[in-house]
Amino acid sequence: MSEVQGQAAGVEEEDVKLTPELIAFIAEWKPQPGNLIMVLHRVQEHFGYIPRPIAFEVAELLEIPVAKVYGVITFYHFFRMTKPGRHTVAVCMGTACYLKGGQELIDELETLLGCSNGSVTDDGEFGIQAVRCIGCCGLAPVLTVDGEVFGNLKTDDLPEILAQFRGK
Amino acid sequence: MKYKQYVLVCSGTACESSKSKDLIDALYHEVLAADLGADIQIVKTGCFGFCEKGPIVKVLPEETFYVQVKPDDAAEIVQEHLVKGRPVTRLLYDPQQSKAHAKLEDIDFYQKQVRIVLRNCGVIDPDSIDEYIARDGYVALEKVLFEMTPEGVIDELRKSGLRGRGGAGFPTWRKWEFTRQVASDEKYVMCNADEGDPGAYMDRSTLEGDPHSILEAMMIAGYTCGSCKGIIYIRAEYPLAIERLNRAISQAKEYGLMGEKILGTDFCFDIEIRLGAGAFVCGEETALIASTEGGRGMPIPRPPFPAVKGLWDKPTVINNVETYASIPVILMKGGDWYAKIGTETSKGTKVFALTGKIKNSGLIEVPMGTTLRDIIFGIGGGIKDGKKFKAVQTGGPSGGLIPEQYLDTPIDYENLGKLGSIVGSGGMIVMDEDDCVVDVTKFYLDFSVDESCGKCAPCRIGGKTLLTLLDRVSKGTGTDADIASMKQLSTAMQRASLCGLGQTTPNPVLSIIRHFEDELNAHIKDRHCPAGKCSALVRYEIDEEACIGCTVCARKCPVNCIAGERKQPHVIDQERCVKCGACLEACKFNAVIKS
Repeated sequence: MSEVQGQAAGVEEEDVKLTPELIAFIAEWKPQPGNLIMVLHRVQEHFGYIPRPIAFEVAELLEIPVAKVYGVITFYHFFRMTKPGRHTVAVCMGTACYLKGGQELIDELETLLGCSNGSVTDDGEFGIQAVRCIGCCGLAPVLTVDGEVFGNLKTDDLPEILAQFRGK
Repeated sequence: MKYKQYVLVCSGTACESSKSKDLIDALYHEVLAADLGADIQIVKTGCFGFCEKGPIVKVLPEETFYVQVKPDDAAEIVQEHLVKGRPVTRLLYDPQQSKAHAKLEDIDFYQKQVRIVLRNCGVIDPDSIDEYIARDGYVALEKVLFEMTPEGVIDELRKSGLRGRGGAGFPTWRKWEFTRQVASDEKYVMCNADEGDPGAYMDRSTLEGDPHSILEAMMIAGYTCGSCKGIIYIRAEYPLAIERLNRAISQAKEYGLMGEKILGTDFCFDIEIRLGAGAFVCGEETALIASTEGGRGMPIPRPPFPAVKGLWDKPTVINNVETYASIPVILMKGGDWYAKIGTETSKGTKVFALTGKIKNSGLIEVPMGTTLRDIIFGIGGGIKDGKKFKAVQTGGPSGGLIPEQYLDTPIDYENLGKLGSIVGSGGMIVMDEDDCVVDVTKFYLDFSVDESCGKCAPCRIGGKTLLTLLDRVSKGTGTDADIASMKQLSTAMQRASLCGLGQTTPNPVLSIIRHFEDELNAHIKDRHCPAGKCSALVRYEIDEEACIGCTVCARKCPVNCIAGERKQPHVIDQERCVKCGACLEACKFNAVIKS
């Protein structure tokens, strides 16, 4: 994460708070051993990422060190600490997709959107992410936008797919 | 039969992404419009396996098999086939076929398959416990609870010869036996559904297509090992599988097949779902346990084995999805029946995700002992676009590349091991002449390095160093000494790494050193990548004779390194060229030459 991004996210994050539903969810899981990953999943589902102040709140509510929360977030690919775009374009980089041109899809997306893999466009509309195999190898190369799968892609198909989501 | 005809529509992830949901809606609509609601039932099923040709539709009882059906085709299927009884030939796999009703069995993709694990996938509605029960579901559980002792179950599994399908191939009965023998007030039965191998999706399809089979087998494991608590550790990236598992669990509880006093006996069993969060190393059982306990998924040295000290330090039996899915059938039909399938050392069937440069990619299940050639050229239909076969990769990042001369090898744990690969979880990726073995190996190594948890030095440092050396080869700066270093490092990693991840990370590297010496040498000695994949060794040039100066390439070039006046030959600035190949693609006059 670059300095600039970190600061920008920091400004927005001041208002981020756990909702009553999230607090209830954490209370429900607290007595169960091994709850941290399940709680983080729920938090990320809600915010789209795990905001820094929330990580502190989670640690406090679960009565565990923040270091443990940080350790878990950074260990797993699924958890992220930066705000995603309004639409996330996830390009599968499983072996079948790699062989059939997954990297070319990422390169073309970077050109089309003007942001690099793992970052978000300046207007916050799209984020590009290379992801692990999503299990649709028969349709390789594959990408998903907000979970919707698009398969058998060529780089020429990308502008139309992005247009479907832009501004929505 | 309650209905005159059944229309089965695949709703696995691949087919759903090809709009099978809209297709189901369209079929409903058309069936109601034709006033056939009382005669025809539409069933959404799990994966048929033939993902290349999805969405798949099958009409019963005539078993007509339609491929690549679009929502717009619904009207024709209903009007022509269901109303008038004439199959829609243009939607058949082979429209030229003379038979009026082409069946699934007629298609070469299915001919050599034996479906035990996938027995219900594409046959039943995964959201219906009744359909699972109608296909002998929970019969094995009933038999075990009322007619068999735990020893009897283990004996049957021993006779079957079933070995763990997660990758290592450890005999399942021994795992169960170890866990059963340890005295403890609490024990756990875990299912490893953290399928992280890139290019493999058999567990996903099994869970999505037949979730109850996993629940049934876990309960049998609970009864056998003396546990009343099951945990399924599943990838968060598989939302459809999670949803179907959750539904299956609540249905089983409603039917008294899970929870307290199952089927009126004293046996109790509950299953809970825990989500993984994207860490390949969690496929290793001790790492999986650490992750389930809510921490960083790092492995610990064994022994003690999980059978003695596992989840929360209690005895724990962990099996993979495919292993569990085989168990109800084995207990119903008997271990001896299962042992008749397969080879001397590897019994039963194995599911493979056949993908890559192959005509029919999809999910297949074959008896152990089937040859690679039968799978690739029989079931898979050979290489796409008339290209030449180069290699098949099995076992993902932990496996190796197998060249053409070994294609007649019957697949089993031992044979693939001898070739420097592994059966693994079942990824099978076919490569053609356009794929470079160095490039692919770099891809796998990059994956393993990224996924190394960093706990032990051989894996953490060894993997990174191997990648650096291989990167040199791909850039044309590698030497023979680098190959020698890679061999030495690989041996050290295999011997000294803490877990299976580090021990198998060198496998792809060793396999290309062994089987693809010529291609490797071309990179080192000739500074040449025969497949033209390693971008540092590729050079794009413009043929002055052929170039008419249309300027298309210059406009397409992302780094503006092509210069030239209109109607004059253009030139590529080699210093600034990033070798993306955009000019080659753009040129309509074949003036751009790749060398």
